[in-house]
Amino acid sequence: MAVVETRNLTKVFKQGELGAVNNVNLKTREGEFLVFLGPSGSGKTTLLRMIAGLEMPTAGEILIGDQVVNHLAPRERRIAMVFQSYALYPHLSVYKNIAFPLKAQKVKKELHKEKVEWAASLLGISSLLHRKPRELSGGERQRVALARAIVREPSVFLLDEPLSNLDAKLRLSAREELERFHRRIGTTTIYVTHDQVEAMAMGDRIVVLNKGVVHHFGTPKEVYDEPADTFVATFLGSPPMNLIENGDVIVGFRPEHFRLSETLDEAKVTFKFHVENVEYLGAEYILSGSLLGGRFEGKEVIARLLLGHAYEPGTTYEFAVPERHLKFFDRSTEKRVEARALTWQ
Amino acid sequence: MAIGAPKIKSIGAAQSPLLGAAMFGPAVLYIVLVIGAPFVLAVFYAFSDARIGSSGLHFVGLENFRSILQSPSFRTALKNSIVFTVCAQAIVVVCSGTLSIALEKPFRGRGLVRFLILLPWVAPVSLGSIGWKWILDSIYSVITWVLVWLHFFKPYNTPMWLGEPHLAMASVILVHCWRLIPFSTVVMLAGRTAIPKEIPEAAAIDGAGFWRTLFQINLPMMLPIINVAVLFGTIFTFTDMTVVYILTAGGPFDSTQTLPSLAFATGIQGSDLAAGAAISLFLVPVLVLIAYLMLRMAHRAEVV
Repeated sequence: MAVVETRNLTKVFKQGELGAVNNVNLKTREGEFLVFLGPSGSGKTTLLRMIAGLEMPTAGEILIGDQVVNHLAPRERRIAMVFQSYALYPHLSVYKNIAFPLKAQKVKKELHKEKVEWAASLLGISSLLHRKPRELSGGERQRVALARAIVREPSVFLLDEPLSNLDAKLRLSAREELERFHRRIGTTTIYVTHDQVEAMAMGDRIVVLNKGVVHHFGTPKEVYDEPADTFVATFLGSPPMNLIENGDVIVGFRPEHFRLSETLDEAKVTFKFHVENVEYLGAEYILSGSLLGGRFEGKEVIARLLLGHAYEPGTTYEFAVPERHLKFFDRSTEKRVEARALTWQ
Repeated sequence: MAIGAPKIKSIGAAQSPLLGAAMFGPAVLYIVLVIGAPFVLAVFYAFSDARIGSSGLHFVGLENFRSILQSPSFRTALKNSIVFTVCAQAIVVVCSGTLSIALEKPFRGRGLVRFLILLPWVAPVSLGSIGWKWILDSIYSVITWVLVWLHFFKPYNTPMWLGEPHLAMASVILVHCWRLIPFSTVVMLAGRTAIPKEIPEAAAIDGAGFWRTLFQINLPMMLPIINVAVLFGTIFTFTDMTVVYILTAGGPFDSTQTLPSLAFATGIQGSDLAAGAAISLFLVPVLVLIAYLMLRMAHRAEVV
């Protein structure tokens, strides 16, 4: 097991253009499940590929287990990687796919069978060993890719969107399986995804990336409750955080904190909320509409409410946000700032 | 719907058997006239005593085949054809495989290099071969000049590239390779680019070096397309007579005579149409076998 660290890591693909990854400083903890979260083009995969050794950094250092590995080939880094497409060797049987890293790393031949069987049983694919990858379902392929990754007992696992090729139902069970798997193996794992639900559910900590820059690095709770800037605030959460401009700050509040005013008996800020659309999602309502009156006339906002009260589109309600749930961001830098008293009318 | 109705009718018209036949016709006509008729004629001649300039034509059964099998020059030609094809294909596969690896990753001037490599394929065979005839000439050979200048040979004791049996065979093979490598390289490049790039990357992370990735991952994955290149190359080589004819005309002492050039020398130049036809028919079983293998491979590629 090992700790992965990057120091001022930068990757510029084309000279003169903005880097795909810019000055990234991170350090995992021993045995941690770290998630790189960001939209497509945020540089999360490039960052992962640099750690894997598939991409040369333009500047900065990568350390695995306190050793600078910039100059080391992928195979010398003691890592294992699962690709988005799984990258199974199509001409080899499942057994030979899993045994390939052992062969390539010159593990004694007598041990191959034992190790392959150990990895296969860990992932419940012992009965598939003689099949070819094309004869497997998506979920089975993913397990073979994982088995191929753990068979050599790497010090770091790198997973590049391993669930994105599975259908929604399978994705949920595969996610739980991965979590259980990580708890059992306890190897430091870096997981790349664009899916915030996956990130929140699986990550011990999350690195939120956009345009090659780290916007926030913290636990799922920190990232969700105390977003470092407006990007993080709107990227996490579905529907995203409502943002309204007020003087030189942007004020944000989550849709689930935007409720009927009469149900809140604490310090609060009230708004007239004209509901334009009501979505019934079984366990909750999503109301979208705009604010009425005062400075925020016409500003579009979303509320997420548990069932209990019926809402009619085209009606105006008195809504409010508890003051403790208001987040403040600087209007020019979009960074989080201290809470402050504001005039609201 | 009223607007749609005539459209449907016109699709029906497009499916009429007459139009189908008309579209199909030219292809059938082409195959029958250019390939079918000469083939039937060759089979017919092979069982006759046809000669250029003689008007009589008799059925002689297997007489032509019997006399051919007994002739030493036929046996030499058969052996030469096999040597020529096997050696040329081996060299072509190795060279074009290497070239396809070299040309895969982008570098400065890759477009120009690709163009230059393709040139021998684009140029007419006869022109290329005449060029090589000069390059390998006994007196004016630039290769000899360079080798003499580098002190590999004394000026009065130079190799006769096309005049000594083994050298002549080697020269013919190499010129043929020069011509086939571009085609094979293009096919192999296509095969390499069809491998998803994550797969060699996964191999690199799994610990495989260059050779292991090449022999255990890339080459097995390219095998179907390599087979296509080899089978096409075999057909081109086995049936080729331009290079042989222009460079050596089968000499010296039949040492570069292949089946096609022997058939031409016997049937056309030697006026013995029947014998020439019979010789060329010996190419058929080999080509049928190759065609069968190709069809099987195409079928397998579809299934996978």
